[in-house]
Amino acid sequence: MPFDPILASIRFGCGLSPDVQTQTSIDDMLALLDGPDMAAQQFPIQSYDTVRPSRLDFRIAGGAVAEAENEAARDAAQQAVRQIRAEASDVWKTSTALQLSREITTADGFRERLTRFWADHFTAPPTNGQWRYLVYPYIEQDIRAHVNGQFVDMLRAAVMSPLLIQYLSQNRSVGPNSDNGIRTGRGLNENLAREILELHTLGVGGAYTQTDVREFAELLTGISTNVKQGAFFEPNRAEPGAETVLGRTYGGDVESLDHIMAALGDLARHPDTGRHLSAKLVEHFIGPEPHPDLVAAMARTYDQTDGNLMAVYDVMLRDEGAWSPELRKVKQPFGFVSSSMRALAVSTDDLMDLSYSDVARMVFRPLTYMGQTIHEPVGPDGWAEDDEAWITPQGMAGRITWAMQMPERLLDPLPDPREFIYHALGPTPPDAVVFAAGAAETASDGVGIVLASAAFQRR
Amino acid sequence: MDRRQFITRSAMLGCSAAAAPFVTPVAMAAAPWDTRLVVIILRGAMDGVDVIQPYGDPALAALRPNLPAGEQGNALDLNGFYSLNPHFSALKPLYDTGEFGAVHAVSTPYRDRRSHFDGQDILEAGLPTLDGGGLRDGWLNRMLQVVPGLEPEVAYSIGREQMLVLSGEAPASRWAPETKLQISPNARALLDVVYHDDPLFRDASSDAIAIAEQISLDAAVAEETTDLMAGASMMDGVPLNGQHVEVAEFAATRLRGETRIASFSINGWDTHAQQSRSLRQRGTVLSDTILALRAGLGPVWGKTAVLCLTEFGRTARENGSAGTDHGTGSAMLYAGGALRGGQVIADWPGLGDGDLYAGRDLLPTRDVRAYAAWVMHDLIGLDRNTLEQAVFPGLELGPNPGLVL
Repeated sequence: MPFDPILASIRFGCGLSPDVQTQTSIDDMLALLDGPDMAAQQFPIQSYDTVRPSRLDFRIAGGAVAEAENEAARDAAQQAVRQIRAEASDVWKTSTALQLSREITTADGFRERLTRFWADHFTAPPTNGQWRYLVYPYIEQDIRAHVNGQFVDMLRAAVMSPLLIQYLSQNRSVGPNSDNGIRTGRGLNENLAREILELHTLGVGGAYTQTDVREFAELLTGISTNVKQGAFFEPNRAEPGAETVLGRTYGGDVESLDHIMAALGDLARHPDTGRHLSAKLVEHFIGPEPHPDLVAAMARTYDQTDGNLMAVYDVMLRDEGAWSPELRKVKQPFGFVSSSMRALAVSTDDLMDLSYSDVARMVFRPLTYMGQTIHEPVGPDGWAEDDEAWITPQGMAGRITWAMQMPERLLDPLPDPREFIYHALGPTPPDAVVFAAGAAETASDGVGIVLASAAFQRR
Repeated sequence: MDRRQFITRSAMLGCSAAAAPFVTPVAMAAAPWDTRLVVIILRGAMDGVDVIQPYGDPALAALRPNLPAGEQGNALDLNGFYSLNPHFSALKPLYDTGEFGAVHAVSTPYRDRRSHFDGQDILEAGLPTLDGGGLRDGWLNRMLQVVPGLEPEVAYSIGREQMLVLSGEAPASRWAPETKLQISPNARALLDVVYHDDPLFRDASSDAIAIAEQISLDAAVAEETTDLMAGASMMDGVPLNGQHVEVAEFAATRLRGETRIASFSINGWDTHAQQSRSLRQRGTVLSDTILALRAGLGPVWGKTAVLCLTEFGRTARENGSAGTDHGTGSAMLYAGGALRGGQVIADWPGLGDGDLYAGRDLLPTRDVRAYAAWVMHDLIGLDRNTLEQAVFPGLELGPNPGLVL
């Protein structure tokens, strides 16, 4: 097995670090991933169900403003709203710092990368900027907890998350013949049904038809969300009768979430789903144009294990192609920033102490310039996989500027570029980068050149 | 090998892209058309009724006691029925010369929910609805997909945020003019060295540096834009340091070159309270932007169409805080030497009892996408099928309003 500890960190982990040991084998990588989530324990991000402020906190505070009976009461209520907004901003900033801290220090980098991969698979951008602080808690609760489990559990958790329900308009879908539909005249919205089939399970080439989308949308009715209850199933919104999706019939008696969960189970088990997810994993982690044999092998394992993700990763990691020395993918902006901080061994204490405006200046805005506003891709298909989407003039300007300017704001003193190059790129950096790092006029230029180099930007 | 030697050698080996920016490794085509299209997304839902005011409608005054129109509101009469909000008065001379106009009582097919998020998605996706899913690309991008193999510079989205309207399979460029790529000459030379063997990084970074230099006004073409802008008579009242003017200047510079399509947004139209105060600022920003485009484009203005689109309109009645709430029908403002301005086109539905959509909003009498489609039809030469099926699925083009000269 051509395992390479440097490639393991760069390609499947969060990059190299001067402080963290690389993995010694594939077994090691998988054992860590299978074990307890140490990074989450050390840098805890709140889960969706417990995060404060909650959406209900916002609703109550907003209601108090509307109901204020005099000027003084209104001022006090508005002050309370501002306070809640500030707390939400703090969750957003702190969660970002916590995620970066995990990526800087973890020995289990594959888990972080998988979390980002699956969070993008089930991307749920906030439908209103005010809710963006909730995306980290959603990922923590509904995605991260399942990256080493069965795919079906992640699918079910995501489909029952308020953010995804709202983003894909399921809260507007009502069975036209349900009590609620008859009373209100409201009807079906196919958005969630289509995206589950097209993006989350079978994939765009999968064996489903428009009739399946329609029937599945009818089956999904009943699922909705509101501020008070979060996500819920309400039988009187559910379209009465049985629905047939991909040849299987669900329900027909009492309307129940169980029917939906059963259908999600069957979709997760569908052979097209195994193929779709396997190809996506390979394209993300290894490179474009996934080798059909590898995808087939992973899909077979997926089918045999009922969608056990650990088993699927195992097949991927044991493939020759996973360890080809050529770096065929470009890091996405968040991974570039986090792996830079990891190579620089930025202090997580310093990171956690940063103010909101510091994080905005060093992380939020630069990522937007690089083309990756955190958690806000333009569509439900998530971030682009092809390098050309990222390495554009604007994207490069963002990366070069960050590489040249941010390290000295994050670290004092900067490392000697001639040593730093080995922290960042491992024992055999390209000659041109060795030369350029040594030839720079200042340490910050030298460090910047290493971070901006294609050798560091690729994985 | 010392540093100087290495740099000289790599220069001699010829990093062609560094010497000639905007050269892509794959042979890609310039656009086979010569006209220019600028799409400005007015985010927040512009109150068309207060910008292009139907003061001749007898119902208007009673609906908006605190938002007076026409003579009462010091607005500028356009044609005896509509008046131009005084905060947009800088555009009146363009109206008089036929370079600015409006289409009224229009909207996308989006109805009833009145959410900015969905409204903008529908506007930029150009789809009749998002209820069926499938939000993947924007209509300007689908237009580009019709002519495969175009260089990315043919279309530019400008600004920090990604614009859905230009996102999709077809390559398009994106740049935020406020990007400051500050890099020492030494570091720049060293980056050329480290990127030398990686064409993707080499080309993107040399383009980035080249664009950044143009932005920093060092390059001749940007200076020319500045000269054009400084020399234009209507630019007297326009301060040249605003971010929106920078955006317009950047757009003009690109559009005078290989770029044929540019898109950017102007935010801040969500005027729930003290609308006239907000519109004063928005009016200045939009007028300055259009005047800066006109000046910066110089002779190219004559073949340019600028369309200003918003996600939906606002309530016909003012609310309790001298503002308006989310509505339906609004106006599309347009400008450019290639368009027939000096007119307000509308099948005016009226504002009286029973005329309003859902009893509250200006009733849209035509799909705004039809106007955008006809402009592309006449300006770029796209055929009806392409427009109705690929660019704006589900649109019925209807009769040609004749916006293009």
